[in-house]
Amino acid sequence: MKNSKFWRILNLSLIVNFALLILHFHSFAFDVKRTILPNGLIVLHSEKHNLPIVMITLLVKASQLNEPKEKAGLANLTAELLTEGTKNRKSTAISEEIEFIGASLAASAGSDFTTITLSVLKKDMNKGFEVLSDVMLNPTFPQVEIERKRELIKGFLRQREEDPSFLAERAFKREVFGEHPYGRLIEGSVETVDNIRREDIVRFYLDYFLPNNSILSVVGDLTSDELDALIKQFFGEWKKADLPSMTTRKLDQKKVKRVIKIDKDLTQANIVLGNLGISRDNPDYYAVSVMNYILGGGGFSSRLMQSIRDEMGLAYDVHSFFTSNKEAGMFQVEVQTKNESANTAIDEILRQIERIKKENISDQELSDAKSYLTGSFPRRLDTNRKIADFLASVEFYNLGLDYVEKYPDYINSVTKDDILRVALKYLDPGNYVLVVVANQGKATLKY
Amino acid sequence: MKHIRIFFAFIFLLIPLNVHPSEVNPDRKFLSNGVKEYRIENGLKVLFIKEHKSPVATFQVWYRAGSRNEPAGKSGISHLLEHMMFKGTPKYGPSVFSRVVQKNGGTDNAYTTKDYTVYFELFPSDRITLPIDLEADRMQNLTIDLKEMLSEKSVVMEERRLRYEDDPQSSLFEEVVAAAFKAHSYRRPVIGWMSDIKSIERDDLYNYYKTYYSPDNAAVVIVGDVNADEIIGKVSRFFRDIPAGPPRKNINSIEPEQKGERRVLLKKEAELSYILIAYHTPSFPNEDSYALDVLSQILSGGKSSRLYQSLVYEKKISISASADYSGLNNDPYLFFFSATASPDKDIKEVEDSLYSEISKIKTEPPSEREIRKAKNQIESSFIMGQDSIYIQAMKYGMFEMIGDWRLIDRYLDGIRKITPEDVMRVAKKYLKEDNRTVGILIPIKNSK
Repeated sequence: MKNSKFWRILNLSLIVNFALLILHFHSFAFDVKRTILPNGLIVLHSEKHNLPIVMITLLVKASQLNEPKEKAGLANLTAELLTEGTKNRKSTAISEEIEFIGASLAASAGSDFTTITLSVLKKDMNKGFEVLSDVMLNPTFPQVEIERKRELIKGFLRQREEDPSFLAERAFKREVFGEHPYGRLIEGSVETVDNIRREDIVRFYLDYFLPNNSILSVVGDLTSDELDALIKQFFGEWKKADLPSMTTRKLDQKKVKRVIKIDKDLTQANIVLGNLGISRDNPDYYAVSVMNYILGGGGFSSRLMQSIRDEMGLAYDVHSFFTSNKEAGMFQVEVQTKNESANTAIDEILRQIERIKKENISDQELSDAKSYLTGSFPRRLDTNRKIADFLASVEFYNLGLDYVEKYPDYINSVTKDDILRVALKYLDPGNYVLVVVANQGKATLKY
Repeated sequence: MKHIRIFFAFIFLLIPLNVHPSEVNPDRKFLSNGVKEYRIENGLKVLFIKEHKSPVATFQVWYRAGSRNEPAGKSGISHLLEHMMFKGTPKYGPSVFSRVVQKNGGTDNAYTTKDYTVYFELFPSDRITLPIDLEADRMQNLTIDLKEMLSEKSVVMEERRLRYEDDPQSSLFEEVVAAAFKAHSYRRPVIGWMSDIKSIERDDLYNYYKTYYSPDNAAVVIVGDVNADEIIGKVSRFFRDIPAGPPRKNINSIEPEQKGERRVLLKKEAELSYILIAYHTPSFPNEDSYALDVLSQILSGGKSSRLYQSLVYEKKISISASADYSGLNNDPYLFFFSATASPDKDIKEVEDSLYSEISKIKTEPPSEREIRKAKNQIESSFIMGQDSIYIQAMKYGMFEMIGDWRLIDRYLDGIRKITPEDVMRVAKKYLKEDNRTVGILIPIKNSK
C-alpha cells in the first residue's frame, strides 16, 4: 500500500467518533425510524432493500467507565462471555448455529459502550434474532468458560507485547489519563484480569445489560412490521430495571512534560507525542476536526505528512488525531522512523505544532480541509454495516437524527481564528507526554 | 500473517455472476449481472458495474505487474514504482494527485501484490470522472524525478522496517515463503529485500514502468452510482491516445516439485512461539482449487471450525490457529497453516496437533453438515461482500488479472459441486510431509 495505515487511522477515527462525519447530501438521505419501546429500549431502523442482508448493532451502555480499577477488563470479559454459553446453548452450539447460516455474531466492549453485532442473510433472520436474543438475555457465564477466556485474554495481552506501537500506545494512554478508566486497556492487565470473579461478571451483566440502557440499530432488508414482530417474539421478555448510579470522575491534568523511554531491540523508534484532548460533547469539536486535518489528520495533504514523509523521507506514515470519548479525549501524533532519526522526527513534530499555534493557516488549507470533511461523508456511510453502527453511535452521543443536515454547517462555520484559538487551547507542546519505544542506544534521545 | 489474511478474505468475497455480455441488465438485482465490458483500440479493457444503492463510486486501474515480474536483484521494484506513481508528471506535480482527490471528498490509494498493482479512487458519485484524466496522465507521463526517487526509497525502507523487520510473525512469513520456492519469483517479498530496494536505480524503474504500464497491460474497473455512457465516453477520450506497450516476455518460471520437508527457524525478540506451515498447491481455475477452498473453510472458518475447536478450545495450547488458502494467483502458490502457542506451551505440541487434524481429514471425509456449512459461509460472504462497492470492484479485478473476469462464473459453480470425498482427496494429495515447509519462530529475550 502506498499508505494503508493512514486510511486505517481515518477509519479508526470514524469508529471512535462515529458521528464525526456527516454531510447533507440530497441524494444521500436515508430514512430512520426511531422508537422507544415500553421497556425503554431505543430502536433505530432504516430499510434498505437492495441486498437480502440485515445488519444489527445492539449498543449497551456498559464499558470500562463502569468497572473498578482493580478489576479492569471486566466489561471486556463480560462481553466476550456472552457468546460462550446460555441457558439454551453451549459455547460451541452458539458458533456452530451462527456459522452454519453464514452469519456472524460478535460482542466487544469499548471505552464508552459495548456492542453486539449480528450480520445475517434475510432468509435466516429468525435464527439470527433467536441466537442474538439468547446471548443477550440468557448468558450463564460458566466457570469453565470464564477460565478459558481469561487465559486467552492473558495470552493475547502477552502477544501484543511483541508490537512496539502497542507498547507505545499503552504507555501514552496511561500517562495522559492517569487514574481515569480511559488510561487502562480495555482488556485490563494480566493482574486485573486475574482479580475478576464470576460474581463480578454476573453483577456487571445484571446491572447494565438492560433494555433501558441499550440501543438497537437495524439496517437492511426488512420492513417495520417484520422488525416489530421479531422484537416482540425475541425481546418481548427483556425487562427494564433501575440502573446503578454513576459516579463522576475528575481528570487530574498534570501540567508537566513527561518523557517515557522503552528499550527494545528494534530497527525503528515508535514515537507517540501528545496531550489530553477533548470530550465528544465539546463545542470546539468541529474546529478541532478541521485544525487536526491540516496538521496531521489529512493524510498526504497534511503538514506533518508533507514534511516528514514527502520532504524528509523519514517515515512511511505520520499522522495526528484526536480521540474524543464521552468523558474525555486525547490528542496524539504517531510516527515510526529508524532509531537514528528519532530526534529529527520529534523536532519536526514539535515545530509543526508550534507553527499551527502561531501562524494563521492559509485560505487554501481551510477550504481544502472543509471540502474533504464535508465531501467525504457519503463514503463513510456507504454500506449497511457502517450505517447500523453509525446510527447507534449518533444516538449514544446525543447528536440528534438531524445531525446529517447540521454537520456541514458545523464544519463550514469554522474560521481561521477558530483554528488558531483551538490550536492554542488544545495543543500543548510545552507540556506534552512523549513515549519512545526504540533501541535507545541507537536513538540517543535528547528529550 | 497480514498478507495471507487479506487474500483469504478476498476469496470469500467473490460474487458469482452469470454474465452474458449480450444480456446486460443495467438495473442490477441480487446476483444478476450488470457487467458491461468495453475494449478500447489500444487494448485497454474497461469493466463497468452500475450500483446505485449509495451515492458513491470507485475508479480503479489494474496493471498486470507485480513482484512476479521483477528482474533478479531488483525485488521491490513494482512496489517502489507504485509509490512513485504519486510523485507527479510534467502536467501535475508531486502530490497533486492526492490533494485534488481529497479536496473533492475522495480517497485514493494503491497496493502491490505478487501478480498485479492496483490504483484506486473512491468518490461521491458526482465526482467520479475527476480521476480519469489523472490516471490516464500517469499511465504514460510519469516523471520519476531522481531526487524524489531517493527520498521515496527511504520511505519504502521505513515501510519495510515497520511491516517486517520489527514484526516477528511477518518476518517468519518472509522466511517460509522464501524457503518454499527456490525457482519461482514468488519467493521474493513484494516489498523487496532491503539491499535490493537500495540498489534500484532510476533507469531500472523507468524501464520497468515503460515495459508494464500501458493500456494493453491494464484493466479499468468502475463500480458505482454513475451513468455508463457518460463515464465510458470520458475514459475513452482520455485513454485512447495512449499507445500500446512493447511486446513483453512471458514469465514462465515453474517451481520444481518439492521432495522433502524444509524447515526454517527464526530466532527473534518475541513473546510467544509461532508456527507457519506452507504446502504447495495449485491455483484457480485448477479443478482442485475448489475443494482446497472448502477444505480451508472446514479447518478454519470461524470458532466452530476444526482448528479452533481442537487447538484453542479443547487443548488450549494455542491462542489462535488457522488455515489459509487463496487460489487467485497467476501461478501455483501455497496453502498455509499457522498457530500461535499459548504462553508456556510447547510449539512441538502445537505442530503435532496441526498434523493430527490434517491426518484426520485425510483418513475420514468431513460430514455432510460441515460441507454444507462451508458452502453456506462462502455463499453468504459473497452476498455480504456486495454491501461494499470497493469489494465488488476488487473481485472483478482479481479475476481479470488471472485471465478473465468471466471466470467468476465458474467459481461458485465449482464450490457447489464439492463433496466430502473431494475434500479428503485434495487433503491427501497436497497436505503431505514432503510437500511442506515448516517455519518456527523461537522467541528470544535480548538482555538490553
